[in-house]
Amino acid sequence: MPHLSQWIIRTAFIYLLLGFTFGALLLTHKGIPLHPALWGWLPAHIEFLLIGWIVQLTMGVAFWILPRYWKHPRRPNEIYAQIAFVLLNLGIWLVVAETTFRAGSWVLLAGRVVEVGAVVFFGLHAWKRIVSREGA
Amino acid sequence: MPPLTRWYIKSALAYLMAALLLAVVLALPSDLPTFIRFMNPAYFHLFLVGWVTQMIFGVIYWMFPIITRARPRGNERVGWISYILLNVGLLLRLIGEPLVSTRPETGAGWLLAISALLQWLAAVLFVILAWPRVKEKYRGE
Repeated sequence: MPHLSQWIIRTAFIYLLLGFTFGALLLTHKGIPLHPALWGWLPAHIEFLLIGWIVQLTMGVAFWILPRYWKHPRRPNEIYAQIAFVLLNLGIWLVVAETTFRAGSWVLLAGRVVEVGAVVFFGLHAWKRIVSREGA
Repeated sequence: MPPLTRWYIKSALAYLMAALLLAVVLALPSDLPTFIRFMNPAYFHLFLVGWVTQMIFGVIYWMFPIITRARPRGNERVGWISYILLNVGLLLRLIGEPLVSTRPETGAGWLLAISALLQWLAAVLFVILAWPRVKEKYRGE
């Protein structure tokens, strides 16, 4: 497993733990009221698990396991995948900054745009690796 | 494919079926029993925890690089405990959530607290199990 995949997958695991922690607090609060402000963390719970965990893990595994080139570099344009990793995590925290901390609607918009940017950069990296064994 | 992975993936498929069947019931035009109407969050969690996350756990346990030949996937017992906690926790939610909403006097709130704790522990244990396997391919040294 390449270093970049290790970084992406470990980050995904951290989001899994964050998402499950907030989810556990919210579920407990539903049964035994803890603090009304907890509901404010619901969007962060969803963002951490859908984007931080599922999307990020998928990207990390795809970078690792998609067909590699015969010649070096085996995974070309790695820089695009690195940029995608940074943008995705920046986007997550911009979204959480608005949905949980009310940082302003433009922050939410910026976060969503940055997340789209992450997917574009990941696509730029991965597109040419989505091939058959013969490279067609 | 190791036995734990087979359990994860077969359970994941069962949850997918359950989630989609529940979605059909929730979409029925007729008046639903109150208990069923409060199962919308359960539908999402059957899908995202029961199906997606459990499928991911099963595949990670199977396909991530092994640690050593002697102990390829770490402590298997931790994996089984995580699997049991996740599934018991999820099933408790399925019962507890509508019960809390429709009959709060039953004291079912504790079911949700226990469900939350079990699922959280399952995630923590799985990360502890899988973390050392996020590494380069084992080359026998």
